[in-house]
Amino acid sequence: MNATPLDAMDRRIVVATQGGLELVSRPYAAVARHVGIPEAEVIKRLKRMLADGVIRRIGAVPNHYALGYRANAMTVWDVADERIEALGTKVGALDFVSHCYHRPRHLPEWPYNLFAMVHGRDRPVVERHIDALTRLLGMDALGHQVLYSTRILKKTGLRLVA
Amino acid sequence: MEDLGRHLLDHYQRGFPLSPRPYAEVAQHLGVTEEDVIGALETLSREGAIARLGAVVRPGAMGAGTLAAMAVPDERIDEVTALVNGYHEVNHNYEREHRLNLWFVVIAADRARLDAVLADIKQCTGLDVIDLPMEKEYHLDLGFALKWT
Repeated sequence: MNATPLDAMDRRIVVATQGGLELVSRPYAAVARHVGIPEAEVIKRLKRMLADGVIRRIGAVPNHYALGYRANAMTVWDVADERIEALGTKVGALDFVSHCYHRPRHLPEWPYNLFAMVHGRDRPVVERHIDALTRLLGMDALGHQVLYSTRILKKTGLRLVA
Repeated sequence: MEDLGRHLLDHYQRGFPLSPRPYAEVAQHLGVTEEDVIGALETLSREGAIARLGAVVRPGAMGAGTLAAMAVPDERIDEVTALVNGYHEVNHNYEREHRLNLWFVVIAADRARLDAVLADIKQCTGLDVIDLPMEKEYHLDLGFALKWT
C-alpha cells in the first residue's frame, strides 16, 4: 500500500475524531473548527486516509461487552515460525475471531507467538470456538493458553498528542 | 434496543458517509429523518452499545504500538492499574486470569516515546513489563458481525 505519509494536520484530524464524531448535523464542520481548516478539507483528507488504508473504517464502534458479548478470551498459541503465516491467515478468517496477530515470544515464560481474540455471549460459546481453533491448528500448536478477561480497566479510542 | 439502532450497528460499522451531512445521508438511505438517526445514535451511546462513532485507524499508522503484560500481585492491582491508566498512551487495559494478569495496549507517537512509557512503568512499579509488539496482523478490523439471537 503506497500511503501518502501523514502530515501534522492529518494527525490532528485523526486525533480529533478519536473521541467520536459529534452527533450534530455537520460533524465534520465541528472537527474543522477544532483543527482550524475548512470542512471540505477535513472531508478530503479523511477520504484520502481511508483510501490509503491509514483509516480502516469510519462508523459505529460497538462495545461488545454492553451488547451481550460478556466472554472475551485472548487465546495464545505456540506455532512454528515457518508455519505462522499460513496458520495466522486461517485463524484470522474465522468469524468468531475479532483480532489475530503474530507477536514475538518472550522466553522462557512466554513461548506463544500467535494471538487470537475470541468473543462470545458466554464461556460455553467461547469454549466451543476454542475447541474449533484447537482442531484447526491440530499438531501445529505446540502449546496454547486461554486468558479470559475478568475486568475492562480502560478502553478509549486512540489518544495522541498531535 | 430499537430496530433503527440495531440496523445502524449491523450496517454502519463501516462506510459512514464522508459528506457534509452524513447523518442526513444515512437517514435518506433508511427512509427516516436525520433526527431519527442522531437520536438512535445518542441512545446507543448512552446505553453503552457503541463506544463511539468514528474512525478506526490501522495499527502502526499513527505511531508505534505494543501489547504489554505484567504480573501484578493481587494486593497491588488497583495501584498499578491507576498508574498505567494514567498514561494517555494507554488506550486499552484488561485484567486477565493468568499469572500475567494485566494486559494493556500502548500507542505512542514513536518507538522512543513508547520505550520511555514502558521504562517509566517499570521504574515506578518495580515490576517487569513484557513488550509484545505486533509483527503481523491476520485479521483486518472491518467491523464485527453481531449475532442478535
